[in-house]
Amino acid sequence: MHEYTLARHNDLIDPLVHVWNWQIPSYLFLGGWVAGMMIIVGFFLLRGRHREETSVTGVLPAVSVALLSLGMLALFLDLEHKLYVWRLYTTFQGTSPMSWGAWILLAVYPALLAVFALRPPDVLRDLWPAFDRLSDRLAEPRMVRVIAVTNIFLGVGLGIYTGILLSALGARPLWNSGILGVLFLVSGLSSAAAFTHLVARDRGERELLATSDNVFLLVELGVIALFLIGLLSGSQAHAQAARLVLGGPFTGVFWVIVVGLGIVLPLIVQSLTTAGRLAHTALAPLLVLAGGLALRVVIVNAGQFSHWARF
Amino acid sequence: MARYGMVIDTRRCVGCMDCVVACKTENQVPEGFDRDWIATDTTGRFPNLHLEIRSERCNHCDAPPCVDCCPTGASHVEPFGHVVLVTPEQCIGCKACLASCPYDARFVNPDGFADKCTFCIHRVKEGLDPACVSVCPTRCMTFGDLDDPRSEVNRLIESRTHHALIPAAGTSPRIFYLT
Ligand code: SF4
Ligand code: SF4
Repeated sequence: MHEYTLARHNDLIDPLVHVWNWQIPSYLFLGGWVAGMMIIVGFFLLRGRHREETSVTGVLPAVSVALLSLGMLALFLDLEHKLYVWRLYTTFQGTSPMSWGAWILLAVYPALLAVFALRPPDVLRDLWPAFDRLSDRLAEPRMVRVIAVTNIFLGVGLGIYTGILLSALGARPLWNSGILGVLFLVSGLSSAAAFTHLVARDRGERELLATSDNVFLLVELGVIALFLIGLLSGSQAHAQAARLVLGGPFTGVFWVIVVGLGIVLPLIVQSLTTAGRLAHTALAPLLVLAGGLALRVVIVNAGQFSHWARF
Repeated sequence: MARYGMVIDTRRCVGCMDCVVACKTENQVPEGFDRDWIATDTTGRFPNLHLEIRSERCNHCDAPPCVDCCPTGASHVEPFGHVVLVTPEQCIGCKACLASCPYDARFVNPDGFADKCTFCIHRVKEGLDPACVSVCPTRCMTFGDLDDPRSEVNRLIESRTHHALIPAAGTSPRIFYLT
C-alpha cells in the first residue's frame, strides 16, 4: 500500500489544484478561434477575395478583434493582482509562453486592423476621409500580400501559443505534450472555418469552408489520437494522465461532448452537406464551436487533476 | 555566492508541526494558508509498514519551472543564496507558477500575489537559520550551503541515504530527506 496524507489546506491548491476556472478555457478557445480566422483571412487575401463585395473578409477582422478583446477580458478577470497587469509590458521573459503571448497579442491587433482598413465601412470613410487614402494605400497588391502573410504567420503563432501555454507547465502531466499546440491550432482552425461557414454569404466560400472544416475535423481526430498515444507511451505519470479520459473521471464528457458532439457528428452532417444530400444549416458549425470550447474546458480541468505521484 | 538547501532527517521528525507554526508566526502567513506543512507517507504491506513523516515546503529548485513560466519576472532566483523568491509588486497573479510547481508549494496571497516559502531569507541574511529549522524540537532540519563541500548539509548528504521529492519532475529540488 501507499497512503499519503497532507496537513495543508491552501485555497485553490488543496485537495486538488484548481487555479484556473472558466476564464482560461474561454480565453484559450477565443484565442484559438481568432488564430484560425487570421489564417483564413490571410488565405482569402492571397486569393484576392477582399475585392469581392460579398466576401467574408469584410466581416472577419471586426469579429476577430471583438472576440480577441473578449478573450483578453476573460484573461484579465482571471488575474489575482489586476492592478499590476501592466507589468506584462515592462519586460519580456523569453522562457515564459505567457510573456510571448502577451507580446504576440499586441502584434495581432494591428494585423487584424490592417485587414479591416482594407475595406472600412462606408460610415468611417465618410467620417474620416483619410481612411479612404489609407485603404487605397493598403490595397496595393504588394501591401495586401504583406498583410496576408503577416496574418497567417501571427495566426499560426497565436494558435500554437494557446497550447504551449499549458504544455510548458510540466508539473501537470496531461498538458505536458508538445502536441497540445498543434491540437489547439487545428481546433482553432476548425472553429474559425465553422464560424466563417455560418456567416458566409458567398456560395463558393461557404462550400470551400465547409469542405475545409471537414478536413480540419478529421485532422483533429488524428491529432487527438496522437496526443493520447504520446501520453500513454510516456512515463507512468503521463500514462495515468491519459487515463483520465480513458476510463477516468473525464471519459464521458471527453468522448461524448468533445469528440462525439463536437467533432464526429458535425463531420457527418457537414459531409452530407458538401455531398449535396443536406442543406447548409447552422447545426454543424454551432456544434463545432461548442466542441472547441468543451475541448479547452476538459483539457484545462483534467490537466489540473493530473499530477506526478508523490515519492 | 552560496546555494542554500536543506537536509531533513525523517528518522527524527515526529510531525509536531512546530515548523508550521513557526513559519506562520515569523512570516505572518495569512490565516488559512501554509508555506510549509507536514506530509506522512505510509508504504509497505501490513504488518510491515513504513511511515515517513516529512516537513515539506518550496524546494528552491535548481531548475525552477515557476521562474521559467513567470511572464513578468516576479518569480526569480535571488542572487543571494540562489533562493527562489516572488516580488509582489511585479506579480500579476496569473497563477502560472502555481500550476507549474510539481510540489504545489505556492498559493495566492489574499492580497493577490503568488506566495511561498522564502527560506526566511531575511533571517539568513542576519546569520540566523530559517524559523522552521530553528524551532524544531528534534533538530531534524539542517540548513546550509550546498556549494560548500565542508558544510553540514553536504556532510549529511554524503553520509546518509537520502531522497528528494518527485525527482522525475526534473526540477532539481534542493531539499533532501534522510531515510
Ligand atoms: S518547489 Fe515549486 S515553487 Fe519552489 S522552486 Fe520548485 S517549482 Fe518553484
Ligand atoms: S502568479 Fe505572479 S509570480 Fe506567479 S507566474 Fe504569474 S506573475 Fe509570476
